Amino acid sequence: MTRHDFQTIANWVKPGSKILDLGCGDGSLLKFLQDSRQARGYGVELTDANILAGVKNGINIIQNDLESGLSVFESDSFDHVILSQTLQAMRHTEAILREMLRVGREGIVTFPNFGYWKNRLQVLRGTMPVSDDIPYQWYDTPNVHLCTMHDFEALCVKLGFRIRERVVMTAGAPVRILPNLAGSLAVYRFERAQ
Amino acid sequence: MQPASSVGIVVPRTAHFSTPLILKSGAVLSSYDLVYETYGTLNADKTNAILVCHALSGNHHVAGVYTEHDKKPGWWDNMIGPGKPIDTERFFVIGLNNLGGCHGSTGPASIDPASGQPFGSQFPLVTVEDWVESQARLADSLGIHQFAAVMGGSLGGMQALHWSIQHPERIRHCLVIASAPRLTAQNIAFNDVARQAILTDPDFFGGDFYAHDTRPRRGLRLARMLGHITYLSDDVMGSKFGRILRNGTFNYGYDVEFEIESYLRYQGDKFAESFDANTYLLMTKALDYFDPTHHHSNGKLSDALKPAQADFLVLSFTSDWRFAPERSREIVKALLDNERRVSYAEITSGHGHDAFLMPDAHYHSLVRAYMERVAA
Repeated sequence: MTRHDFQTIANWVKPGSKILDLGCGDGSLLKFLQDSRQARGYGVELTDANILAGVKNGINIIQNDLESGLSVFESDSFDHVILSQTLQAMRHTEAILREMLRVGREGIVTFPNFGYWKNRLQVLRGTMPVSDDIPYQWYDTPNVHLCTMHDFEALCVKLGFRIRERVVMTAGAPVRILPNLAGSLAVYRFERAQ
Repeated sequence: MQPASSVGIVVPRTAHFSTPLILKSGAVLSSYDLVYETYGTLNADKTNAILVCHALSGNHHVAGVYTEHDKKPGWWDNMIGPGKPIDTERFFVIGLNNLGGCHGSTGPASIDPASGQPFGSQFPLVTVEDWVESQARLADSLGIHQFAAVMGGSLGGMQALHWSIQHPERIRHCLVIASAPRLTAQNIAFNDVARQAILTDPDFFGGDFYAHDTRPRRGLRLARMLGHITYLSDDVMGSKFGRILRNGTFNYGYDVEFEIESYLRYQGDKFAESFDANTYLLMTKALDYFDPTHHHSNGKLSDALKPAQADFLVLSFTSDWRFAPERSREIVKALLDNERRVSYAEITSGHGHDAFLMPDAHYHSLVRAYMERVAA
């Protein structure tokens, strides 16, 4: 079972690319990219359980707190730097996005779109949203920086990033009309504007 | 009866080498012995061998016991054995006593064939590079061209790391645990205090105490006490000993009062009776000298590690302040710069530097999981 964003990301990764997967979890995505795109690279994780799972999964995994930056990686050393469903749980949002495009040529980010209509509806009804892509109660969530697609795109402008492509989906199916309303999960690839 | 997870009763063996070994210092050992133990079975292709390198006071007795009722198994027995993280049902594990040691391999207490007397002060200083070379010769003698893995903790990790540079084609995996790419000034300072304790002991006799039928117990004891403090964390000392008094009350004197004093003195005394002072000096010097960047003008570890071909597992422990996680991260960074396959974990432990010898569940799970790769 692969997550909905895996295939989208794989489509963007050229065979043999060098990948850095930040917040790589148990390494499933990196393993998927290794197997399907002959990619090589590293996963970065914080929790002991995921480090162990990553070692078991046969990926290269480095225990490191993303909040403290990526100083262990040299500039321009990766083709793609991926932050899959982790952005919303980061405190230093701007810092990690800048670091992504320092160490890599292209950034790939996926996050749950807070602008998705079901989320908006729940807020309108007076409750914090709980959905497939935001499956947490407000009092028990790792998420600290949820955003809408508009919000993310505005931040990219502020940081001097150019968005190369975006894919929006709901329950795994692509969404083309009114994405910030109809899309549950957003996947972006971006690079330095200049 | 030994438990099923023990390699059981083991017998050390001695390999004699008569091809002279030219040491880093320029000195030459014309012939020498290496004492070693092996566990498990070498497969037909000789591709399942693991070399375990020992730390400052370690030796070849890594796992198993010497007799049926032996209560003291080898120093890494919790890691190595049937079904253990380093599974001797799959791997052929070799432990040896390094050159200059005091557990059977040629060292300062051995008889110098030239004089018929113990080497003593005449025993040359050996470096990590020299150890790796002698270990490679031991591998040759066992018909092992390439190790599935070379591993070690602390000074043993330094040897494993240097294997990957010195003989890149002879090592597939490298496990560097609680180690460092080179010692800091603080670390060298600790080592020198330990050496001074030994060197200034009147019973040291310039290293030739054997002829005087004595040993520099006081110096060695102090050296060990100091070392021991640095191998533990403040927290573990606090929780183990705190301020507990042996007799519950102050005696207003200098005899043993606090439990920690009792513990350290006991450890020091035990060590002073069993370990060779010249070996201790030599081992601490090997630690101080170790620096793979020594021959690189810009001093960059990334350049020094360029020749490495192995895959790496680097592990550190959060409370280890003698070989702190930051030092392991330097190794990891240099490996990343060289695009080596590497995994790194920082294991939460309160045991300080000694944590690498402890049977921590997460630590052992990581090694076990990594060894699946080594076996593949």
